[in-house]
Amino acid sequence: MSDPTLFQYVLGLADDQLVLGHRLSQWTGRAPILEEELALGNIALDLIGQARGLYQYAGALEGAGRDEDALAYHRDARGYLNLTLVEQPNGDFAQTIARQLFYTAMALPFWQAMTASTDQRLAAVAAKAEKETAYHLRHATEWTARLGDGTDESHRRMQAAINQLWAFTGELFEMIAAEAGLAAAGIAPDRKTLRAAWDRTIDATLSDASLTRPDDSWMAEGGRDGLHGEDLGHMLAEMQSLQRMHPGLQW
Amino acid sequence: MVVATETAWAAVSSVSDPELPPLTIADLGVLRGVDADASGRIIVRITPTYSGCPAMTVIQMEIETALAKAGIKNARVETELAPAWSSADISAEGRAKLAHMGIAPPPGPGASVTCPRCESTVTEELSRFGATACKSLWRCTSCLEPFEAFKAL
Repeated sequence: MSDPTLFQYVLGLADDQLVLGHRLSQWTGRAPILEEELALGNIALDLIGQARGLYQYAGALEGAGRDEDALAYHRDARGYLNLTLVEQPNGDFAQTIARQLFYTAMALPFWQAMTASTDQRLAAVAAKAEKETAYHLRHATEWTARLGDGTDESHRRMQAAINQLWAFTGELFEMIAAEAGLAAAGIAPDRKTLRAAWDRTIDATLSDASLTRPDDSWMAEGGRDGLHGEDLGHMLAEMQSLQRMHPGLQW
Repeated sequence: MVVATETAWAAVSSVSDPELPPLTIADLGVLRGVDADASGRIIVRITPTYSGCPAMTVIQMEIETALAKAGIKNARVETELAPAWSSADISAEGRAKLAHMGIAPPPGPGASVTCPRCESTVTEELSRFGATACKSLWRCTSCLEPFEAFKAL
């Protein structure tokens, strides 16, 4: 099986889940409270599990013999096709929550739409991801409200995080060249149709949390073309170090 | 052939979940089926509770071990995602075992979580995420005991 178009699309989805999942795993041992230690670890595990299913499929679509480990551990930042939002560093807890809110408010309607995909593998991954993502979104919206309506300091930090990451939200709805064709074929959701649901979730959550929605201005782009910030390279260097030193090593 | 599938089912259905040892993979609904292909090779189908469930690798190894002990060679374990696993797939026996080990079984739609110690339905959620992906943390407001609950999924 070799389908370069679908391969590139599925690889981008897998990279989103892995990079965000790895970022969240970096909180392990550092979360502010025990419940968050468990929550962030569990969300990371869900995302990495979803990434595995997608990488396995991507490997089959590519037909070059690369498995999930080869795709995750033996590509440089330039080869990663994830959204630039998910690679942003954890920052303080508010920045992590803002990143979760922005991504997950898109991911829930995305996976819901993907359950109707004519591609059976993608529909199967989506059916599981949809249920898990519903939990992730509740986690993000509840923390946004708690921080926004908490102390002056938590409110200040949450608003700063929303403002700082806003420039990475435009890319959530951008389609790669091949994506329109995949959407027309019923394989992929049309990202333009996700915008209304995302706006509703974001507006309701920010308003509930006494936070202000930033004005749209310059938006980052390029993640789907492998153009990333410096931070992704540092993250991958750490994540891939063992496999880079001992290629093919197995536990 | 039928005998081989029945022997295989008997062997694998008693494999325990490593994170919930009193429950078998059949109790949890993780074991989807045992079939034989045209050549008589046994195929065991399992499904993960959560996409990232780290127990799946161990479960697969334990299935292979159980089959080998039952004298079944050359079997294959397949993981299937569709239809997605639901907490409604846990058997009545599985729910009873969960309650017995102090974990509230997943509530049905609209139902409240029942305290596994005093059976009160007046309970409150402490954290939606627990020690494993499939559990959350609760407290009973009648007997005041904290407990874990299997999440409805």
